[in-house]
Amino acid sequence: MADVITYREAVAEGIAREMRRDPAVVCLGEDIGEAGGVFKTTVGLFKEFGPKRVWDTPISEQAIVGAAMGAAMTGMRPVAEIMFSDFLACCWDYLANEIPKVRYMTGGQVTVPLVVRTANGGGLGFGAQHSQATENWALTVPGLKIAAPATPADVVGMMAAAIRSDDPVVFFEHKGLLATKGPPPPPDHVVELGRAAVVREGADVTLVALASMVPVALKAAELLSGEGIEAEVLDLRCLVPLDVATVLASLGRTSRLVTVEENPYQGGWGATLVSVVADEGFALLDAPVRRLAGECVPLPFADALEEEVIPTVDKVVAAVRGLAAY
Amino acid sequence: MEPAELLASYEQMMVIRRTEKAAHDLFLQGLVKGTTHLAAGHEAVAVGASAALRPDDYVFATYRGHHHAMARGATPQECLAELMSRATGLCGAKGGSMHLTKASTGMLGSYAIVGAHLPMAAGAAWSARLRGTEQIAVAFFGDGATNIGAFHEALNLAAVWKLPVLFVCENNLYMEYTPIADVTAVPRPAADRAPAYGIPGEVVDGNDVVAVQDVVARLAGRARAGDGPALLEALTYRHFGHSRADPATYRPAEEVERWLKHDPLDLARGRLVEMGVPEAVVAEADERATSLVAKAVEAAKAGPAPDPREALTDVWADGGAAWRT
Repeated sequence: MADVITYREAVAEGIAREMRRDPAVVCLGEDIGEAGGVFKTTVGLFKEFGPKRVWDTPISEQAIVGAAMGAAMTGMRPVAEIMFSDFLACCWDYLANEIPKVRYMTGGQVTVPLVVRTANGGGLGFGAQHSQATENWALTVPGLKIAAPATPADVVGMMAAAIRSDDPVVFFEHKGLLATKGPPPPPDHVVELGRAAVVREGADVTLVALASMVPVALKAAELLSGEGIEAEVLDLRCLVPLDVATVLASLGRTSRLVTVEENPYQGGWGATLVSVVADEGFALLDAPVRRLAGECVPLPFADALEEEVIPTVDKVVAAVRGLAAY
Repeated sequence: MEPAELLASYEQMMVIRRTEKAAHDLFLQGLVKGTTHLAAGHEAVAVGASAALRPDDYVFATYRGHHHAMARGATPQECLAELMSRATGLCGAKGGSMHLTKASTGMLGSYAIVGAHLPMAAGAAWSARLRGTEQIAVAFFGDGATNIGAFHEALNLAAVWKLPVLFVCENNLYMEYTPIADVTAVPRPAADRAPAYGIPGEVVDGNDVVAVQDVVARLAGRARAGDGPALLEALTYRHFGHSRADPATYRPAEEVERWLKHDPLDLARGRLVEMGVPEAVVAEADERATSLVAKAVEAAKAGPAPDPREALTDVWADGGAAWRT
């Protein structure tokens, strides 16, 4: 294996590893077969596994996710692709009403082991209907697990955990990270869902980030270090299960919290995390909590406008400086 | 069809009819909360189709689904206990009237978002084909579902993937309170859509249990042989309103009268008599059904309420509901 692997290649690698070990894993989605996916995240799967395991679908998001659900209920482990996370709205009934509820409302009679993969987030100039960070949509629904990896190795490890999970998982692949590179994961690499990673240690402030905001937080931490402020950076990795324990443990060391979220401030995941900290970790805090999140507008097109909306390194640095006074 | 087989179908339909009447009465007594969408009048669709299926085939139904649950193995007691919020209910009282499910016999749920289960049935059929089991899946739905997107997406996907799935529309002429004819561009809301997807579309008297069984057997055999999906429109009529809140006063009296004279139980009874089955034998079947349901009502009532702690179970496959560390 090469010395480095891209996030994009890691998606296909993660799926392929699971398809090799479990014949129940099948893929379906728009343009995922010979075309290899519009983001080239399924390249090689059709060639290796053929049309019985990798299925091109019509542009029918309800049929894609509904069929994945029916297959998951009857012995398969489908991996369904929704091309852009904005399109989850086209099949939201399945993610809000069907998939997360069916086990519960049948008194535990039904299991739905499926993964809905989707390309999420902004920064690539796709405009308002192809750029949103929608991970917070899924967080409003009890019954969905939510994964959003930040590194190629985590893509592979969390994909393994997601596909092996007997619970439904919404797997957000960040468009802005697809070209990023990292060390390839070892064979049979599995990253348990619901385990945040401390990706930088520091004693002064905790930055909690997800997906594309992890490199933003790390870059900010580097700059802050030059000013004598040592930030601890947590990659949350999953929103459900939410690793509150790791966040509280970090706050025990730093006593200051900043969330770095791409999704809008309005209803963003940081609000849930911060409310748990307020309930259970208030005594740990020496400063007000800051949430850096997307502005509450649709994602605009031009770079200059998009940068105004999505948190940047400069905004993170400024927010942390503001807390240093406490 | 042998008389014994028809007699069994007749008795099953009578059990469903009595159970639906019991559900109605229990609601009026305040023992059933929320709402119910009773299937009295629709029995022949469920029983006739079920008789044509293999025991391991998959069935998906709607919020008007009591008859499908019972046709696929749920007992009246389990169903009524669920309606009365008892721990002994089919879904442990977590589902209620609209979500009757018996997964152990392939009755994979009753879904209350109109049309949502058609893609699921296509997916179950896809799964059966991938696993090479020769099972088929059947989605039952109302006429109202023929105007929702999921219906069309499911039909197209099932057709292009040639899936072993049957889409069975119970056309009872009304989408909730509105005549389906007033809101649909074609006279047959289901069957007339089939040509657009290149699949067979057929119409059957949904109150004739023998006719339903025959056509479903033919379409199921075709699907099982790899010839793809089909759309069946079964004409029927509900004896109650859309739901408990609906007295159905919008239906013309002469229409109601005409359909009540075309009752699926009467039709089956007439056929039995024609076959030479003594009326006394039919009456015994009636008595067995009546007695079974009467006992089921009492047994269901006697069930305990669910333990409140059960509210925090069954979200995840580990049985729990933990969303965080």
